[in-house]
Amino acid sequence: MRTCSIIFTLLFITTISAGAQKFITKTGHIRFYSDSPLEKIEANNRQVNCAFDLATGDFVFKVLMKSFEFEKALMQEHFNENYVESDKFPSATFIGKVTNFKDVNPSKDGIYDVNVEGRLTMHGVSKNISEKGTFEMKQGKLIGKAKFNIAVADYKITIPGNVGNNISKTIEVTVDLTLDKASM
Amino acid sequence: MKYKILFLFIFPGLMFVATAKGQDDLLSMIEKTEKPTIDYTTATFKATRIVIGQSIELPPKGNLVFLISHHFGAMNTGYENLFGLKEAHFRLGLEYGITDRLGLGVGLNTDKNTWDGFVKYKLLRQSKGARKMPVSIDLFGNSAIYTTQWADPTRTNYFSSRITYAVQVMIARKFGNSLSLQITPSYVHKNIVPTSDDHNDIFTLGAGGRMKVSQRVSINAEYHYLFKGQVVSTTVYNSFSVGVDIETGGHVFQLFLTNSKGEYEETFLTETTGKWSNGYIYLGFNISRMFTIVKPKLPKE
Repeated sequence: MRTCSIIFTLLFITTISAGAQKFITKTGHIRFYSDSPLEKIEANNRQVNCAFDLATGDFVFKVLMKSFEFEKALMQEHFNENYVESDKFPSATFIGKVTNFKDVNPSKDGIYDVNVEGRLTMHGVSKNISEKGTFEMKQGKLIGKAKFNIAVADYKITIPGNVGNNISKTIEVTVDLTLDKASM
Repeated sequence: MKYKILFLFIFPGLMFVATAKGQDDLLSMIEKTEKPTIDYTTATFKATRIVIGQSIELPPKGNLVFLISHHFGAMNTGYENLFGLKEAHFRLGLEYGITDRLGLGVGLNTDKNTWDGFVKYKLLRQSKGARKMPVSIDLFGNSAIYTTQWADPTRTNYFSSRITYAVQVMIARKFGNSLSLQITPSYVHKNIVPTSDDHNDIFTLGAGGRMKVSQRVSINAEYHYLFKGQVVSTTVYNSFSVGVDIETGGHVFQLFLTNSKGEYEETFLTETTGKWSNGYIYLGFNISRMFTIVKPKLPKE
């Protein structure tokens, strides 16, 4: 009987938290940057979907690979066609949480250094990653920023030998998002 | 005691369920607000040519393509001619994308010092998602002017006699990632033809395609059927070409075999006098290099 009531209470709490404050954006910005001896390649995606749950520190990213814009049309074609194979794997997701979210007080404005942990899925490969970033509350908006490196080989993206000097083996990823409170 | 153990198992389990559920909720929240997008098919072909004829591909907006189309001589010309390697027939061309749908091109051919110019327009783009379109369709029109001396300077020659035209409709579809096919009906008009039995208006029906064998290499083939009774004063054959596309960064290298000596539409569609089975096979290659002239505007930060 006691177990039943504990379970019931826990379920109740879960239900409450699911209905709590959520923040969302459809216009987040993610930038890829590859710095190699021969060529600097930059791609910007300004249609990044992200949702954040203020009650738990959980978040979800969803990015359409075809929305990455390159300086050269040919780079964009090669990116979609040869590297990330956008027809087969149209989107990338990052599902995770802020692990030190207990240190954050979202009820008042401020910037916090946060650790994020989660599963990044891209090109059909999932990897657990753990990175640092900043979390900011400002006038009712949530601003998230992070900068980290990913190794293309981790996601089974192969760079052929003849362009080995044009494309870096690790790509710098910059994330910059402003989330608004979701209307439920 | 028993309850306590049960509790120890259930509690972390429930926490996990709660987290996963929270993230699923977030994901479904994103997916609910996602607008369906039009997913245009890209890279139906790697180059603006299937083998020797036009493909539905255009240079992207603001991009300039420099294209060298080179044919050696016929392989049946023997060792004296190094099996054709001693000869060079080529076209030097430039193509520019004014928009993603409209392209212009010019070329200089060694064949009778012919200058050609073309307009290519993308009428339909194959797409899925919010708008479904099964095929891409391009319209193509060119005009070619040969500039060598008149064959017979003693008679009255008109400048218009130097001009020929070609119009093509290209209908292409990319099936999955590796197979692309194109049907190309063509119409050629020549202001002057050798005899009155030859037609000034000539129709052909072409088909071509490519099959990718790796991410950067594909096998291509192209065939143009010339309807009988249109060109009668010379014996002409249907044009057939087969080749390999090799993509290396900014270049596409196309190596091919064909029975057509000419590089522009009017010649290979209606003036292919060689036959594969008689050894009139020309080794050739196209090299294209793309340059970005106008960079796309980036939105302000």
